[in-house]
Amino acid sequence: MTGAGQAAPPAEARPPGAGRLLEVERLTVRLRVEGVRRAVLRDVSLAIAPGEAVGLVGESGSGKSMTARAIGRLLPDGAQAEGTIRFHGQDVAALSGSDLRRYRSQVALIFQDPRAHTNPVRRIGDFMTEALRTNLGVPPGEAARRAVDMLAQVGIDDGARRLRQYPHQLSGGLLQRVMIATALLTEPRLLLADEPTTALDVTTQAEVMAILDELRRELHLGMLFITHDLELAAAICDRTAVMYAGQIVEVRSSAMLHSDPLHPYTAALAGARPDISRTAARLRAIPGRPLSAFEAPDDQCAFAPRCAHAQDACWEAAPDLVELDGGVSRCRRAATLRGRLAAGPEAAEPETAEPEAADA
Amino acid sequence: MSTAALMPDQAGTTWRERLRGPGGRGVLGRLQSTGPAGIASACVIAVATFAAVFGTLLAPYNPVLANLSLAWVGPTGGHLLGYDVEGRDVLSRLLAGAPTSMLGPLAVVVLSMTAGTLLAIAAAWRRGAVDAVISSGLDIVFAFPGILLAVLATAVFGAGLPAATIALSIAYTPYVARVLRGAALKERSQAYVAALEVQGVSAPRICLRHIVPNMLPLIIAQATIMFGWAMVDLAAISFLGLGVQPPSPNWGVMISENQAGIMQGYPLPALTAGICIVVVVVAFNVLGERLLAEAGQ
Amino acid sequence: MPEPAGPVLEVTGLRKEYGDLVAVDDVSFSVPEGGSLAIVGESGSGKTTVARMIVGLERPTAGRIIACGADRSRPARSAADRRRRGREVQIVFQDPYTSLDPRQTAEQALGEVIRLHHRWPAQRCRERVAELTGLVGLDERQARAVPRALSGGQRQRVAIARALAAEPRLLILDESVAALDVSIQAQVLNLLADIRDATGVSYILISHDLAVVRQLTDEAIVMRRGQVVERGATARVLDHPEHPYTQRLRASVPRPGWKPVRRGLAGGEEAISA
Repeated sequence: MTGAGQAAPPAEARPPGAGRLLEVERLTVRLRVEGVRRAVLRDVSLAIAPGEAVGLVGESGSGKSMTARAIGRLLPDGAQAEGTIRFHGQDVAALSGSDLRRYRSQVALIFQDPRAHTNPVRRIGDFMTEALRTNLGVPPGEAARRAVDMLAQVGIDDGARRLRQYPHQLSGGLLQRVMIATALLTEPRLLLADEPTTALDVTTQAEVMAILDELRRELHLGMLFITHDLELAAAICDRTAVMYAGQIVEVRSSAMLHSDPLHPYTAALAGARPDISRTAARLRAIPGRPLSAFEAPDDQCAFAPRCAHAQDACWEAAPDLVELDGGVSRCRRAATLRGRLAAGPEAAEPETAEPEAADA
Repeated sequence: MSTAALMPDQAGTTWRERLRGPGGRGVLGRLQSTGPAGIASACVIAVATFAAVFGTLLAPYNPVLANLSLAWVGPTGGHLLGYDVEGRDVLSRLLAGAPTSMLGPLAVVVLSMTAGTLLAIAAAWRRGAVDAVISSGLDIVFAFPGILLAVLATAVFGAGLPAATIALSIAYTPYVARVLRGAALKERSQAYVAALEVQGVSAPRICLRHIVPNMLPLIIAQATIMFGWAMVDLAAISFLGLGVQPPSPNWGVMISENQAGIMQGYPLPALTAGICIVVVVVAFNVLGERLLAEAGQ
Repeated sequence: MPEPAGPVLEVTGLRKEYGDLVAVDDVSFSVPEGGSLAIVGESGSGKTTVARMIVGLERPTAGRIIACGADRSRPARSAADRRRRGREVQIVFQDPYTSLDPRQTAEQALGEVIRLHHRWPAQRCRERVAELTGLVGLDERQARAVPRALSGGQRQRVAIARALAAEPRLLILDESVAALDVSIQAQVLNLLADIRDATGVSYILISHDLAVVRQLTDEAIVMRRGQVVERGATARVLDHPEHPYTQRLRASVPRPGWKPVRRGLAGGEEAISA
């Protein structure tokens, strides 16, 4: 479909309407791993409209965290990046000095482990108001007042007391709420949430997710929500992108992701999860193991070795993104397989009866 | 089917690659990862070890026989470094002194590392009261500076290398135990140790066959650094006259004997002995610090 | 010795105190021979403490543990005793990255356990190692690799093989699939079901993941703050939860069409972290 070369990403990778908040175009990132230069992201294109929540789902090595880091200008030293990232039309990579600081107050990051990102010897209040005081020049009293207000928004009512506490005095769930409140204090336009609830109990997760969703809508913020949990992303994101081996393999509106997936990997991922409402005779496991970007070959479909629908053409050349029904898929058979993926691999092709070996 | 990138455990088959080990974790591999400074230090240590082993054979002239008529004579043909205070060839004395100068520290390192490792493992394994008692006991010994203990030991048992060596070993043990205890506690709390306990593997076996081997990078790094310290301490003790007794050749003794020469315009004997000590100690320190940095990863 | 006909594990009135903190409070349950029980709970529920008491890594403050008909209420006193108990109950931990000795290959780890429990000639040991690696789906290259060269899922397979090498009657899986990718988790869950069919081993699955619990277990108990708040057949507990906590747990699980609902928990609900 779309030829190789410098063509812009397909229209449906971009949301409808003008005035994009964030545009990532053909991002490729290489890192030095044990002395060898390896690709961790390959040709990633993504766009987020103002106020839109986009989910980014993938397993280990898919590159989802690296994408967030690239957007947040937090790539490790020695990383080589190609492609462009534009925020409100401005090239992010070219920012420096006060422009970069302003960018950082506009793009807030929420990480998976709040304890790893807080200084244990400083009080919560110090930590929360730091960006306000140093980057935006807000006086300390005013900054503290705003912090208490924001804590109330995330459901922490005794904010003044909490400001005086240290991180170790708060549970994981509370601390993550503090992180969300901190992120929102600088009135960002875009939230990058990297597995913010993975380390939390499931009941705490539900509460924190609800808070995040509510506040995001209220403040009309854009969000990139990164997770390994397909259902979780679909719950609060308007569109969801699925990554595999450092590439985007599908972008779809969340409502359609389960009922009508466009890529065999998405369908397989959804199908591999056990169902809480019934015991399956056998789970539909995907053979093999998730590939990292640097292991994936350039001359064929990265998922082909594990795909139940792979045919000869899939092994001959790397597939491009194709548009389909308001979504995007990196599968050359997407049109043919359309509508049959959700029912499971048996629906499209006869199942091969092979004993399951360990991931290769 | 395309497969994953080369896995780290697929080592090559040449002897060089085997020493490099899988993922660069064999002997040569670890050495290489210490960088040029580490490799240079290792070379110096290799030379010093060679001298320690073959020193007495390599000495061109008799290192012990005095000839006062030749005292303080400078470098001449065949005597590259001249003569010392008693007319002995300096180069021969340096080479002959290498064994005792290196052997003493070796004994100190072996004794203190063994004792320290055992105490650290015992404290980490049993935790609780046993750990508290061992740690307190070690803290008390730790309060005594090594040289002081050595002086005490020689006063009681007579001057000579054995007494000084044992005293220093006792002095170093608490330090070793303290450094290794942290690493031992960390290994002890790993899930695989619990799994081995549930299997019914005996505690000594878990400690010696699983925990200690996993601490080996740290142990080797620590031993290397301590060799340098032991060398300085033993040289100082010999300098004070409490260690190796003259006329036995020893670098510390040589500094002591020849120190008068520095003021009188004949610095070479004392200086060369001092340089030998410094160079070897620095080499051990540098290599040890590099290994420690690697072990920390 | 006659085979005990009763449950493979029976726990009565189990209690564990750490000073003032009661981590486990009057917990009782039993696992029938060949059965599969889930202990469901979140952090602070005491589920891991219960598991550690069953395998003898913690000493109960009170209560009884009867495993394979023998009283195991107190931790073993000698290595020989621990070895005996190791043939009754084994455990697979959550973290694949620390549950294997980094210096041992899978073959060496399995060999060590086999030689611990049996006085077999080398050839027989090798055969048994090959049987075990085959049972958990590891190929030759993987069996000879050190953990560094293996993925998380492969490491868990080694950990499972090592636990099975002792031929236990009961295998405790302490969040053993929680750290694995979804696609790998499915493989390991299938593997665990196959092993249960092939060897008749009983399971206790400790998990916070209700879907995994549904897939692998027949019965379940739900723990909260050290106490059992609900028990019954897994299907019944998950489809028709009776206790409010279980209902809340069930309602918090993301699934297609799920939306998180704010319940106004001000954080007083959550305990201060330990």
